[in-house]
Amino acid sequence: MKVFQKTKMLTDAHLHYCPGCTHGIVHRLVAESIEELGLQEKCIGIAPVGCAVFAYDYFNCDMQEAAHGRAPAVATGIKRCLPDRTVFVYQGDGDLASIGMAETVHAAARGEKITIIFINNSIYGMTGGQMAPTTLIGQKATTCQSGRDPAVNGYPIRVCELLATLDAPYYIERVSTHDVKHVLAAKRAIKKALQFQAEGRGYTFVEVLVSCPTNWHMQPVEALRFMGEECVKTFPLGVYRDKSEGRS
Amino acid sequence: MSKILLHGTEAICEGALRNGCRAFFGYPITPQNEVPEYMSVKMPQVGGAFVQAESEVAAINMVYGAAGAGIRAMTSSSSPGVSLKQEGISYIACARIPCVVVNIMRAGPGLGGILPAQGDYFQATKGGGHGDYHLIVLAPSSVQEACDFTYRAFDLSDRYRVPAMILADGMIGQLMEPVELPPMRNLREIPEKDWATSGHYGKDRRILNSLIIKPEDLEPHVNELQKTYDEIYANERRAETYRTEDAEIILTAYGTVARICKSAVDKLRAQGIKAGCIRPITLYPFPDDTYSACAARDCTKAFLSVELSLGQMVEDVKLAVNGKKPVYFYGRTGGNVPEEEEIERAAKEALGKAEAER
Repeated sequence: MKVFQKTKMLTDAHLHYCPGCTHGIVHRLVAESIEELGLQEKCIGIAPVGCAVFAYDYFNCDMQEAAHGRAPAVATGIKRCLPDRTVFVYQGDGDLASIGMAETVHAAARGEKITIIFINNSIYGMTGGQMAPTTLIGQKATTCQSGRDPAVNGYPIRVCELLATLDAPYYIERVSTHDVKHVLAAKRAIKKALQFQAEGRGYTFVEVLVSCPTNWHMQPVEALRFMGEECVKTFPLGVYRDKSEGRS
Repeated sequence: MSKILLHGTEAICEGALRNGCRAFFGYPITPQNEVPEYMSVKMPQVGGAFVQAESEVAAINMVYGAAGAGIRAMTSSSSPGVSLKQEGISYIACARIPCVVVNIMRAGPGLGGILPAQGDYFQATKGGGHGDYHLIVLAPSSVQEACDFTYRAFDLSDRYRVPAMILADGMIGQLMEPVELPPMRNLREIPEKDWATSGHYGKDRRILNSLIIKPEDLEPHVNELQKTYDEIYANERRAETYRTEDAEIILTAYGTVARICKSAVDKLRAQGIKAGCIRPITLYPFPDDTYSACAARDCTKAFLSVELSLGQMVEDVKLAVNGKKPVYFYGRTGGNVPEEEEIERAAKEALGKAEAER
């Protein structure tokens, strides 16, 4: 009796992510959601620059690899021309909240009918652990080696809260991957966002807190604990916008 | 067919729309604001997509997305804005996505001025962004050509999967002239793009990408691009020659300046000086064959490149003439356009120098 099967929306390519990183979990959640909603035949994904740059090797649908931070603009170009396709964007924090902040805010302000999966691990992973726009106060990075000091480095940016000041977004939620319960909640949020897109409702955004044991210099389990105890204090989980429930 | 009076920027839009352009993304910058304005009205009428982007950077990346999904897409800007697009253009060139970028050149460097210039020649013809790549660059010299070349740019870009640029100075963009518009192209005539990421699954899926991390893969890819540029060079060089058959002094210029040069040629001829003019139509590939043919003639004594720059195209003219005859330069910048008389004087001086040096 078969009790589990990998979603066909993921290819058989080996993921390149570090041990203990939860990017792979989010890939699976996105892929499973697309397949369960039956959207895989008409789906286009946008890969970012950063740890998930090879996402085009993993998602089993058409993929475009965008320049650093530009994925929401690329997605806009596709979705405006092919409104019946499902267009999803997968971006990290440096990509989305630093170099691509203009594209992020304006795609949201225009209410582009796309789904953005925002991976927040508070660090630049691929380039080796530099400070991100989401690095926590006191958190160490290679470009703030004594820990993030607000007097020098400013404060982390809370993207869900920021986007929730705009009128257009249809659905904004922040979820986490630090334990099974939260992974399941993350799946529900991602699936909901994709479903809203498929129904043509509007802009959907799911921020997913992810661990980075390598650049946080922690064991994987310790990193998950850190997320559950520390990251969620700066980045509170929850629904920031859901127009289907009249929450805005 | 009857002609209608059109603005240069409107002619560019009509050329695009009539050859199946169904997506336009732009950002305001003088002197090309009429392009996004016109497209914002016309694009919805043909069922296409128009977005006023948040920046030139976003606009070119919207083109990447739309054109990557198989739609004929265009963006336009002017010099400082085209600098911002260079990152995206480099990615587009590497991922082999056909599209059209319009540059209505204004005077630089920096924020510069808003009057006509040709200071972006190097940027347009030598790549512009990072890495080894080229664009197909067409230089209209009239409002009719602004329409026709934009129309043609879409076919060339699709055929070679190389992005194309319309490089026009601000004068061409802001001129009004009578234009005969081409008929509206039937979209079904445009060949299917078997690489476009328009929504495929599993074994049929397609990837557009410019990350080729292994050196043993990237080198063949770049070589493949170069092979395409070689093919474009072999097939697509175009230039107009004007009274060059017996010319002693050959002026050369593109865009607006070529028109002034042709008038100067007539005036010089009226004074008994055998002048001619070469006007490159394609700036990349550069029509070096036209120059070398003229340089080989005994009657030709010198070339004079006239530009709204401090000497950019003249480098390609020198390479094409290859030392067979002297090549001189006359240029104006800052948004100033030379008068016929200035060019006549420069031509006489060039001829005098060439004769003295012999």
